[in-house]
Amino acid sequence: MELSSEQPKRHTLAILVDNQPGVLARVSALISGRGYNIDSLSVAETLAADLSLITLVTTGTPRIVSQIVKQLRKLINVVKVTDLAEVNYVERQMVMVRVRASDPAQRAEITRLAEIFRAKIIDVSLKTFTLEITGGEEKIRAALTLLADFGLEEQVLTGLTAISRLRNGTNKKN
Amino acid sequence: MTTISGAEILIECWKKEGVEVIFGYPGAATIDIHHHLTTSSLKFVLCRHEQAAVHAAEGYARATGRPGVVLVTSGPGATNTVTGLAGANMDSVPVVVFSGQVSRLLIGNDAFQEVDIVGVTRCVTKHNYLVISTAELAQTVKEAFYVATTGRPGAVLVDLPKDVLSGQAEFSYPQKVFLRAYQPHLTPHRNQVAAVAKLFEQAERPVIYAGGGVIASGAGEELLTLAELLEIPVTLTLMGLGGFPGNHPLFLGMLGMHGLYRANMAVQKADLILAVGARFDDRVTGLLTQFAKEANIIHIDVDTTSIHKNLKVDVPLVADARLALSAILEKLGPTPTYPAATRAKWRQQIEEWDKACPLTYDRADSDGLMKPQFVIEALYRATNGKAVVVTDVGQHQMWAAQFYRYDRPRQFITSGGLGVMGFGLPASIGALIARPQTTVVNITGDGSIMMNIQELATVAQENLPVKVAILNNGTLGMVRQWQDLFYGQRYAATTLGPSPDFTLLAKAFGLKGYVAKTEAEAEAVIALALADPGPSVMDFKVSPRENVFPMVPAGRAIDEMILRPLELP
Repeated sequence: MELSSEQPKRHTLAILVDNQPGVLARVSALISGRGYNIDSLSVAETLAADLSLITLVTTGTPRIVSQIVKQLRKLINVVKVTDLAEVNYVERQMVMVRVRASDPAQRAEITRLAEIFRAKIIDVSLKTFTLEITGGEEKIRAALTLLADFGLEEQVLTGLTAISRLRNGTNKKN
Repeated sequence: MTTISGAEILIECWKKEGVEVIFGYPGAATIDIHHHLTTSSLKFVLCRHEQAAVHAAEGYARATGRPGVVLVTSGPGATNTVTGLAGANMDSVPVVVFSGQVSRLLIGNDAFQEVDIVGVTRCVTKHNYLVISTAELAQTVKEAFYVATTGRPGAVLVDLPKDVLSGQAEFSYPQKVFLRAYQPHLTPHRNQVAAVAKLFEQAERPVIYAGGGVIASGAGEELLTLAELLEIPVTLTLMGLGGFPGNHPLFLGMLGMHGLYRANMAVQKADLILAVGARFDDRVTGLLTQFAKEANIIHIDVDTTSIHKNLKVDVPLVADARLALSAILEKLGPTPTYPAATRAKWRQQIEEWDKACPLTYDRADSDGLMKPQFVIEALYRATNGKAVVVTDVGQHQMWAAQFYRYDRPRQFITSGGLGVMGFGLPASIGALIARPQTTVVNITGDGSIMMNIQELATVAQENLPVKVAILNNGTLGMVRQWQDLFYGQRYAATTLGPSPDFTLLAKAFGLKGYVAKTEAEAEAVIALALADPGPSVMDFKVSPRENVFPMVPAGRAIDEMILRPLELP
């Protein structure tokens, strides 16, 4: 009768919550309190100002993640939880990265790469370019891998955010 | 527009909620509330420690089904409630704690007696609140009681800054509360009910495994009707005791780590298990992979997160236990068909298990000392099985669960999930405040009683006729039992001695104290204590060698029980 051991997998959870102090703490405490890590997190108001959307990425077996989802739904301030693994969705994140670019050949090459990745050069110095790249996880990883050859001075990555392609998926709270 | 102070609003809210008693301890942050409380119709019980106040409120809630209310001050007053909150929350008992807080401007300043109690108690409460304006106070109180008492009940904390209490606002109590994100699912799904009814009609070896949810939802009658209608044996968890009559022929006794042999065997060999208001706790299931392997499992629970948490079940039913059982009864109708002959054989098999290994103990042991089980049996006889029994945690708790047979819901009050030593005496206070006409016996140990011994002062002040029965074996018996069985009899940190002279201690608090060393003395002392209208402390010197059996060692299947004491050197 017991559940067989299952493989851990990354899950992106879209958590709609009351826009109130302390709610993020409740959500993150629930996950960390069970010994699971939050791989990525982003929070902002939604179209309704009294609601916020938390997009959270965590890794666990289906059983663990389903337990986390149920526990999240039990929180009084959590309106809706969607495990995006169960629906069709689009996800994006953004990175800002400062790349070494001192000689003209390098600068040309980086500019070309920026075009290919539809990145923006948002700051320029004599020795560096700063790029802003938006995309799915794979695109960001690919861009960073290529840019790494020039030497990365600093990078900052936002949390991942995601939107369901369906108007109504399996997204109900109960 | 007439305005009143936050402190007065709070008291008005309590009245609207039907609160009659508040347990707690005052301090600078709550002095405004106490100032108005003394002239109100509400009773305040001054416990001698905030932890005890929460246990008392839990005892009150467990005895009545109504929420227990606590008022404590900020800082240490608030942090002292943490164990009480965690215990009540884990055992699904509605308790609302109101804590004082420093003024809003001082929050976050490391002010005197300031602590972020909302942060501290986040994971030991069902929900908690910091009230940020006097105008929002009434709405928050309404929500707090609603959340504590509905769905799977639990503990809620409301933190009250001092200037919110002294500030003024108009008082209007909301009639209703709507929380968009919190709507407990109470009614069972019709298809699932039909599936359950069908399984019941087909099952040859069914068992009902019921827990505290049956008591919380008031499903005792429905459970009895269902069991009798289909002749299904019933086993109860520690939290469920009293949910089914303890002397009923279909009652198997408690199951789990210290469950009866017949109960554990029946669960292991059943072909259908109905788990209702229970959560497959590790103390119940033992090794999960070996639990009830032959059974289809139906799980009724109001808490969605309990379903499939420990065990994947065959038919989940998210609903209030009472509503679910009545729906099943309705579906079955007055004369359901079921394989009566095979069921009779099943009950016969259970009876054989019981004959092979009945619940018993050896009254005459080599050390010649009185047995703790004898004291429980003597208490059972002397109270005609009618007392409300409140326990602490340890061996005495298991013996009280095994040897006192509970007839009715809310008759047995114990700290189950969290297992809080020191729960018993304050919880007895709460039970007696709620039910002053009832005999309340606190069965405790010489370890547990010391953890909230100061409450004897509350007992004396309120003149509550609690009968404290200490099974005094000079050790922390349950841990010592593990040392006996699994740690080569190395009794590390489990010897208590010398314990105080409990008779003298009782006298110091102005209470009657008795001591008993033999069975005859024990019976005499119990008779004296019960005949006396006031409180008393009974010190029973019992054998330190006695252990609780059956016992399922941790990590083993529940049919792998140790049935008899080892021969110790």
